[in-house]
Amino acid sequence: MATFWVASRKGLFRFDDDGSGWATTGPPVFLAAPVTAILDDPRDGALYVGLAHGHFGCKFHRSLDRGTSWTELMAPAFPGGGGADAPSVEMIWCFAAGGADEPGTLWAGTLPGGLFRSTDRGDSWQLCESLWDRPERKRWFGAGYDHPGIHSILVDPRDSAHLIVGVSVGGLWISRDRGHSWHVGGRGFSAAYMPPDQAEDLVMQDPHLIAASPTDPDRIWCQHHCGIYVSDDGGERFRESRGVAPSSFGFAVAPHPTDRDRAWFAPAQKDEVRVPVGGRFLITETRDGGATFRSHDQGLPQDPSYDLIYRHALAIDTSGNRLVMGSTTGNLWASADAGQTWRLLSAHLPPIAAVSFAP
Amino acid sequence: MAIIRFTSTLVRHRPAPDLAAPGPTVRAVLDAALADDALLKSYLLDEQGRVRKHINIFADGVMIADRVSLSDPVGPASEIYVLQALSGG
Repeated sequence: MATFWVASRKGLFRFDDDGSGWATTGPPVFLAAPVTAILDDPRDGALYVGLAHGHFGCKFHRSLDRGTSWTELMAPAFPGGGGADAPSVEMIWCFAAGGADEPGTLWAGTLPGGLFRSTDRGDSWQLCESLWDRPERKRWFGAGYDHPGIHSILVDPRDSAHLIVGVSVGGLWISRDRGHSWHVGGRGFSAAYMPPDQAEDLVMQDPHLIAASPTDPDRIWCQHHCGIYVSDDGGERFRESRGVAPSSFGFAVAPHPTDRDRAWFAPAQKDEVRVPVGGRFLITETRDGGATFRSHDQGLPQDPSYDLIYRHALAIDTSGNRLVMGSTTGNLWASADAGQTWRLLSAHLPPIAAVSFAP
Repeated sequence: MAIIRFTSTLVRHRPAPDLAAPGPTVRAVLDAALADDALLKSYLLDEQGRVRKHINIFADGVMIADRVSLSDPVGPASEIYVLQALSGG
């Protein structure tokens, strides 16, 4: 049976396909609570979610029985005692499982932009001070949220000491030593929202999402605030995909599990008009490493649509055939043919922050 | 000892029975009452010990003034109510 999770504004939904199509049963877990991040750990099947209660703050829950029961644990937190202006974790924006050789290790990225590490399946968390203490962090700034945040954490499957982190707005950061030291990558990015002479400042970049080809982790895709970028050297240098129709603005990117040149995107008009171009909601796909793109709209709304796909709300399974995406309007679509055609699974969900296939 | 009572909306998420603890300030009472329940404490206060933005705390009918240090004085017969604000929902 195939499964995926939907992290929504009002709970965590589970969809299963036993061969008769995707279906969900019952009310969501964490009913009415905003679910901001989910990790279905491929190493041991543990599930982790981040919640952002409107009143009670950021929370963290773990399930060791595939979501039947959940245990609340202390959420990642900044060191205390900092006074009136000290940071406080508002939201877990992303999780990443550590490498296969480091069972129990988890990473979490938060708003404000903290990178946290757990070595005990989330029983405790430690702030990665080597990144937090970088002097460049003082120049990070918020994008969409009041504070800068970490939304992408990549752990190299060949070397779990090799990490890539994406910050909005703060650039792409690379560590080769499990987070003890960092340098900024992303040469080739360009930021049109900066004064022209600072457009290529590496720390001022806004990578909306960074994702790697699972079988070729040196191939990095970046849906940047100002375009689509591709790297062949693990994120040090990027080239921009030019002339992407209908738009190169968006948040999400889903790389194919085995074909390094193939990836899917969910375009929107532009940063200040975050709706489908001309009201026509569609998905774009490249099969040649970002040189050319094709559009897919079969099964997607033919009437004017205002759906936006957030950065974690487009996912592909390990076969490369099944995709799922959820929108800010609460629409959920799935594809069984690698994004060529889509089927609406629900038009009545809460706004969707993230979707994730079970491994 | 001062009594602490929690909003029922919090009880949806964590067990939060009425608690009693001594102390001269709201901070002292909360620290004593929640010393063994860091999770419940995290629903009221952030990791810096500040009252969460959309939580209100009343001591003897008055909303506390010091949301950072929680230095508002209380007595042995005080009642402290932990409520959700209408903002933040």
